Amino acid sequence: MKSIKVLGTGCANCKTTMKLIEDVAKEKGVEILLEKVEQLQDIMAYGVMSTPGVVVDGKVVHAGGIPGRDKIAQWLAA
Amino acid sequence: MNTAILNLPRSYPRVFLAIAAALWFAVYKTLEPLSHVLVNTLPVEHDSRLYDALQFFLYDTPKVLLLLAGVVFVMGMINSWFTPERTRALLAGRHEGVGNVMAATLGIVTPFCSCSAVPLFIGFVQAGVPLGVTFSFLISAPMVNEIALAMLLALFGWKIALLYLLLGLSVAIVAGYIIGRLKMEHHLEDWVQKMAHVQATVGADELTLPDRIAAGFASVREIVGRVWLYVLAGIAIGAGIHGYVPADFMASFMGKDVWWAVPVSVLLGVPMYTNAAGIIPIVEALLAKGAALGTVLAFMMSVIALSLPEMVILRKVLKPRLIATFIGVVATGIMLVGYVFNFLV
Repeated sequence: MKSIKVLGTGCANCKTTMKLIEDVAKEKGVEILLEKVEQLQDIMAYGVMSTPGVVVDGKVVHAGGIPGRDKIAQWLAA
Repeated sequence: MNTAILNLPRSYPRVFLAIAAALWFAVYKTLEPLSHVLVNTLPVEHDSRLYDALQFFLYDTPKVLLLLAGVVFVMGMINSWFTPERTRALLAGRHEGVGNVMAATLGIVTPFCSCSAVPLFIGFVQAGVPLGVTFSFLISAPMVNEIALAMLLALFGWKIALLYLLLGLSVAIVAGYIIGRLKMEHHLEDWVQKMAHVQATVGADELTLPDRIAAGFASVREIVGRVWLYVLAGIAIGAGIHGYVPADFMASFMGKDVWWAVPVSVLLGVPMYTNAAGIIPIVEALLAKGAALGTVLAFMMSVIALSLPEMVILRKVLKPRLIATFIGVVATGIMLVGYVFNFLV
């Protein structure tokens, strides 16, 4: 099971990103553990400067803006 | 045939850009005659108030949206060169002065969203970007943005747009420099001060021209999709003011000779949190009714650059003294801009 974290202080884009990842995972039938990281200190610990950021299995794969569906699918497939 | 057109941005990006630009200009040029034709088909009397308001609305709406889409597309492409990480690497270790100028300029081209203001702020400080230089960036990025510039270009012409750009930059540079001189590093929240220093690094940039075109389209979708409603509402209110408010009505309380109009406009602007898209059409209409340009510019800058929600977010990393200084310095700068304009123009 993949562990995915969405980094963001709770703006609209972060919520959209969460939802998008959930949707794509359901579509592909991939089981994931989706978490939201909202504490600023924790977000900064990942070295991300623009939110929303996405962390897959402990690795930052995306920062700034809503990721595209195809990008999400790539993370889930990898 | 269809797939050939759809693939054009990928296979012949330069050809695609040329065709798109030509099409854009052609459409832009037909808007004014078209709006006259459209209004004339409506059962409205010529030279009536309703006629004026409708013509304003029918011409300005497509014009503003088209310019907005064009400018946002170009900025989206430019933005793809300037990620926050790259900007940070460019600014790390810069001295004040040159650093302030660079930071304010980079603020125009680096993608910025106010919900990212805090992570960005910390990221900059952590990498050794001086506090004053970081503030120059933080002031310029939201104030001199592509939406404001596109709207000014559409409604006021390039001279005012350029003026706004230069003044916005000046406020950001000077305010950042002053904050830097005040040596307020210990007014950052303690946990920010204690954070480990990081090395500013830049990842390899592997984007191709088609990727950047895609980035341009993505930002048009995102930004125009978000603000078009504000644009419509703003233009509708502006059209109403154009048609129904008597000329010179605004002169009595937003005119040149009203000395208190500038500070009051700045104060009014702080709690108002609308984006440039909504406020600029209204402001343009006020100007036509006798409001002074400096007062109007000060109001606009204050609405865009000093917003209450952003202050609340920034409070997480700045102690009250530093926030107050930030607001005070920027507000003073904006007021100066207002007075200088009212005096000169």
